[in-house]
Amino acid sequence: METIITELSRYLIVILVALYTFWGFAAFSARKKKKKAKLYRKQRISMHIFLLLGHLILYLNTNDVIILGLYGCELVFFMVSNFLYCKVYGKINQPIVNHMQMLFSISFVMLGRLNVDSAKKQFAYMAAGMVVCMILPWILRHYHKFQEEGWFYAVLGLILLLVVLFFGKAKYGAKNWLYIGPLSIQPSEFVKVIFVFAFASILSQTKFTLKSVIQVSAMAAAFVLVLVLEKDLGAALIFFLCYLFMLYVATGKKRLLAAGLLAGAAASFAGYHLFSHVRTRVLAWQDPWSDIDNRGYQIAQSLFAIGTGGWFGMGLMQGMPDRVPIRESDFIFAAISEELGAFFGICMILIYVSCFIWFASIAVKAVNPFFKLSALGFTVIMMSQTFLTLGGVTKFIPSTGVTLPLVSYGGSSVLSVIIMMCSLQSIHLISDKEDEEIDEEQEE
Amino acid sequence: MTKSKKNKKEKSKKRGGNREILVATYMLSTLFLGLIGYFVYFMVVQSKDVINNSYNQRQTILAKKVVRGKILGSKGEVLAETISDGSGGETRSYPYGRMFTHVVGHSSQGKTGVELSENFNLLTSNDNPVTNFQKKMDGKKTIGDNAITTLNVDLQKVAFDALGSHKGAIVVMEPSTGKILAMVSKPDYDPSPASLDIQWKNLVADANKESCLVNRATQGLYPPGSIFKILTTLAYMRQTEDTGRFSYQCSGSEKQDGIVVNCYRNHVHGKLNLQNAFAKSCNSSFAFIGTKLNIKEYRKVCESFYFNTKLPTKMVHNKSSFVLNNSSNKEEIMHTAMGQGKTQITPLHAAMIVSTIANKGVMMQPYVVEKLESNNGTIVRETKETTAGTIMTKEEVKELTTYMKEVIRSGTATSLSSLSYPVAGKTGSAEYDETKDSHSWFLGFAPADNPQAAVAVIVEGAGTGSEYAVPIAKKVFQSYIGN
Repeated sequence: METIITELSRYLIVILVALYTFWGFAAFSARKKKKKAKLYRKQRISMHIFLLLGHLILYLNTNDVIILGLYGCELVFFMVSNFLYCKVYGKINQPIVNHMQMLFSISFVMLGRLNVDSAKKQFAYMAAGMVVCMILPWILRHYHKFQEEGWFYAVLGLILLLVVLFFGKAKYGAKNWLYIGPLSIQPSEFVKVIFVFAFASILSQTKFTLKSVIQVSAMAAAFVLVLVLEKDLGAALIFFLCYLFMLYVATGKKRLLAAGLLAGAAASFAGYHLFSHVRTRVLAWQDPWSDIDNRGYQIAQSLFAIGTGGWFGMGLMQGMPDRVPIRESDFIFAAISEELGAFFGICMILIYVSCFIWFASIAVKAVNPFFKLSALGFTVIMMSQTFLTLGGVTKFIPSTGVTLPLVSYGGSSVLSVIIMMCSLQSIHLISDKEDEEIDEEQEE
Repeated sequence: MTKSKKNKKEKSKKRGGNREILVATYMLSTLFLGLIGYFVYFMVVQSKDVINNSYNQRQTILAKKVVRGKILGSKGEVLAETISDGSGGETRSYPYGRMFTHVVGHSSQGKTGVELSENFNLLTSNDNPVTNFQKKMDGKKTIGDNAITTLNVDLQKVAFDALGSHKGAIVVMEPSTGKILAMVSKPDYDPSPASLDIQWKNLVADANKESCLVNRATQGLYPPGSIFKILTTLAYMRQTEDTGRFSYQCSGSEKQDGIVVNCYRNHVHGKLNLQNAFAKSCNSSFAFIGTKLNIKEYRKVCESFYFNTKLPTKMVHNKSSFVLNNSSNKEEIMHTAMGQGKTQITPLHAAMIVSTIANKGVMMQPYVVEKLESNNGTIVRETKETTAGTIMTKEEVKELTTYMKEVIRSGTATSLSSLSYPVAGKTGSAEYDETKDSHSWFLGFAPADNPQAAVAVIVEGAGTGSEYAVPIAKKVFQSYIGN
């Protein structure tokens, strides 16, 4: 019985996710609202079949009742959060909600397969994240300090990072963890949110002269520098790109973008020669095979998993993702690709891409420069973070040790991504309202 | 309508910064397209080689789902197959016993040879998808793909028997393609799982220092002895305008700065041109030639033949080494030029060098696995013949071939002249321990004008090349080409 379901579901799961992805892109070109709504409904159905199928296979293979309990909780969670979302946000961006829940589902299934305890905790983090999201639109609309006191929040964010630099603990090489009692948090994840709001505020209020650009850039560079000192190269790169694109959008100057990219390339070159841990990562990327036991271990195991899985995967519970290091977090994509297949992996990448296109459209539609820049900042952060993870796991680029948004296990990571996505939803909501108000007044 | 709101509306019409937002999004999206492209490339092109790595432990999962495929000879002879006893038990069987031990390898107690290099492919089933699906539904194992090798079973048998109870190795290659036709290494062992279960500890402990587990053909590092004169001659040809003017008076030894190099058994060869010096394998002449060589250029010649680097092949092998450099002393140079010194070479590498001469100066990458075929006969992968570089000019090939034919006509391998076709070759007697007999080498190809096979033979501690290695090469040529 298990074998039949597991074997059939290998193909079924790939078909489901392929349809889901296709409908997601079809919605871009659909003109009529009704047609769009129909596509979103289809997406939700395929997502729910995937979720059910995934948990069914896990249950049949492990006979662990907790899996069924988790599945029940997830269903309730999706229903309640959908309901509350509609209540609190009113008009929401449905495709983003769909993608968010699809990525949650993938995370639930894969973590349930890898480690049920992590799945339970992940569920708790996501639930907590959704609670935060319920009050977020209200905060953004009524608490204007974010918009006005950018420098204050920038300094606050920097202090948080410095605290980590001096009191933090290292994990997997990067010193980016803070232990407070039983809690272990990764403050840099939350600093991302503060960073975007702070610099959106600063950049939307600054008159651009050479002096002011240098001042603001120096402040942003301080963030990047502290992250480099913490050896958190992935985060340093993400902050750098985020600031660079925000500056470019705020000023509209191509020269600044080009100069920034050049400076970034020069800094990477210098970093390669200055820091041995950077060299190690690059060498492991160039040739993991000659030193599989040490330097190349992570990337080699990741490629073994992806390659052995093939296009359709080994099937849930049929592979050996336990061999992949950091499989629940940074390298979860390797575990997913091993058991669910490379087709599934490619669909997942496309789901992220279509999600980002919606993010960018929110930034485009936003009227208020502060919200516009914030939306863009969040978009760039999530895009670069996703690219760094997926590129690192597949050996497209050297591995930088960052998490896959919404899918990787980890409270700080999940919470910060949820906050970023819900901030985008709030911005979407606020700009829609502003548009409507203007329209109404014009009609008068 | 207030003024500020009017401004807002205008702003939203202008949508300042939107072009930049799109630029940013496009730039980052391009990265994702690149990522997907690379990912597909990895899956289609690279993944097969990547996962076929001994560090990838997933073979244990595959072995539970797939019956390991067969390894076959070039005419379809079964060299290795998995036999199930009907009650779920399986065992790997090697119908030819020890004959193919090193090249085909074993599959219990770790894996070697083709069993290792094609491990994952043998455990992958590309059988008819409907059949496979049905089997999976019934909970049955699917049937893995077969690896068809380039090995000629008849030739392997001749080579295996010819080496007899001696230690050593034989490599037979098709010069124009790089196909390995036969590969023997002795001493050997029984590769069957039942025997390995019992013998494994002894084989690893290796109390008699026989190194049975080592494939001497690809991993054995030997002093080349006089076969190295091929490369010394080539280096000399490249550094001299007219090799025809070479003349040397052999008095049985060459003395320079108090260093003495003797000819074999102090034989006095008398007045020699380059061809005779080569054919008679006169050590004194070559020690003298060595002192005339530009060492940097000499090293360049050897390194162009893949000394001091990995060979261009997927087979597990050791690197050959050539150590001369500008700071080497005269004694080292004189010894190296005649094939002693610190130079080390594997029999496979020697076969590749002689194949290069046979193939008009073009080295081919040697390979053992011709193709992978699924259980229903469709070809899964075919090995493409690949060159490893054009290393010699046509003129150099012609001159060296003339010299190598002279070795058979009047030199150290005259017993090969009885064959009905011309043979080109070079013998070697490599000293490795003054108290013991030398290693006996022969490199050659035949027919000399249209080479079908190139061979490298080494017999450890036997004596001269003429006495031991040449007769073995003769049997190989007789079997493959004819009398």
